[in-house]
Amino acid sequence: MTDNKHVYRNIFIAAILAMIMASIYMTIGSRGNWSYILSLRGKKLAALTIVSICSTTATILFHTITQNRILTPSIIGMDAIYIFFQTISLFLFGHNHWFLQNTYTNFFLSTVSMTCFSLLLYWFFFKNFPGRIYLLLMTGLILGTFFRSATSFLQVLIDPNEFLILQNRLFASFNNVDSSLINVSMIVVLPVLMYIFYKNKAMDVLHLGRTNAIGLGVNVDRFNLILFISISLLVSISTALVGPVMFLGFLGANVSYKLFKTYQHWLLIIGGCLFTISFVLFGQILIEHVFKFQTALSIILEFVGGSYFLYILLKEKEVA
Amino acid sequence: MIDLNQVSKSYKEKIVVDTVTIPIEKGKLTACIGPNGAGKTTLLEMISRLVPKDTGEIYIDGGEIKSWKPGELAKKLSVLKQSNKFSMRLTIKELVSFGRFPYTKGRLNAHCHELIEQSLRQVGLLEIADQYIDTLSGGQLQRAMIAMVLAQDTDYILLDEPLNNLDMKYSVQLMDIIRTFVDDFGKTVITVIHDINFAAAYADNLIAMKEGKVFAAGPVEQMITQQNIKNIFDIDVEVIDRKGKKFVMYY
Repeated sequence: MTDNKHVYRNIFIAAILAMIMASIYMTIGSRGNWSYILSLRGKKLAALTIVSICSTTATILFHTITQNRILTPSIIGMDAIYIFFQTISLFLFGHNHWFLQNTYTNFFLSTVSMTCFSLLLYWFFFKNFPGRIYLLLMTGLILGTFFRSATSFLQVLIDPNEFLILQNRLFASFNNVDSSLINVSMIVVLPVLMYIFYKNKAMDVLHLGRTNAIGLGVNVDRFNLILFISISLLVSISTALVGPVMFLGFLGANVSYKLFKTYQHWLLIIGGCLFTISFVLFGQILIEHVFKFQTALSIILEFVGGSYFLYILLKEKEVA
Repeated sequence: MIDLNQVSKSYKEKIVVDTVTIPIEKGKLTACIGPNGAGKTTLLEMISRLVPKDTGEIYIDGGEIKSWKPGELAKKLSVLKQSNKFSMRLTIKELVSFGRFPYTKGRLNAHCHELIEQSLRQVGLLEIADQYIDTLSGGQLQRAMIAMVLAQDTDYILLDEPLNNLDMKYSVQLMDIIRTFVDDFGKTVITVIHDINFAAAYADNLIAMKEGKVFAAGPVEQMITQQNIKNIFDIDVEVIDRKGKKFVMYY
């Protein structure tokens, strides 16, 4: 439509940055032990990339649907469902049960439970209250609080040893991702991303608001439902893979708006994902080589993301 | 041709539009008038499928509104509502380009660029087409929105109070543009107008609504009478004939 040169240039820079980060991450302190390094770090690199892409894309979509840039998809309470599911399965079966030992079943069931929960919520709302997005979010928020309370109740009752195991699982961790899960995730994430890119122009139209989008022939309610389902799938995969990361997508999305200054989703998403990947890799390099694994990546991510969230909140307050 | 048959809409217990049956003539400028809360805007919203109707049928070129595919209907009928707020930074030209979405799904061709430029020229925004819309005045934004609707190039154009935010000059200019579209391009325009004199001067047909029902409808000359206006708005008015045009003096 208009001159996109500066956007392409910025995306190009972000791509270069991401590649530099990736190569630094793969090669730093390798001491020539390639087969070992490639399999170990390649696995983590893949996981970091998938999580970055999922959370950034989901957040940008979420912002477009809600027309609000300070929300994150976690407001619907999907991470609360994940935590609840992990807690209740440990509570009911104990950590020795095959059900929890098998990474596939756990991954599969947490994804399914999160997706089903959000599907139920959407199905109910889009059928009964079409167009009432904020009512949906409020309900999600309340349900999320409910599940969080239920979780802490169970955590009080649980055996202390199992609580430690649980706590370990609930911190997002990139260090022990199962490589077989990465392939499974790709099967879900790739079709969702392809759909999103196929529909990226229709998402641009959503920026004009519900009325204008309907006027331009977008079936807004149905499209919003599909986008919500896509968001759920992306967030579920990312959460099931490494655990809940709240502010990562928020950071990626908002930096993307700042850096690329465009309304076009395909540019925002690509640029945002590239930035998030570079940022996460930078964090991981810090963890491995500066902090020597003394702290978790999720702590750095949440610290930076959370600070940025506060900054945006305070800035919005000044404008209003 | 748009045909409404027994169309009703209520919010909770309140009936907003009450069994409206009326044909809307093709190739004419039809203005919808009436007091606040008469259901004019709701009627317009139902025709443009922005809100679903409760009962009744609306036929657009023979097809019931529900049987139209959203994407196809957008090539047939465009709509502009009153308030527009955007969360994104767009230039006027980008905004107007969205009008071509039903045809090209975002990939503009030469014909699109031609139409976009033509629409921008018609509303007088071509010179500042690259300005961002958050820097515009209310009137400029309104004209930009109208340019978008023009770029959509549909047979039917539905406008909800298009003169909002416009000063005298641009109000007249806009009504002239709408007139050209009806006369020269054979478009059908349905608009909600509050200024009765603009309706009297520019419209072909009037639909007067009161308390959800069609109070009276017909060609302008027959509709603008002292008795009619008095009954519709419940105020005393004087109708003056001047150079073959009627003016309603209401204060």
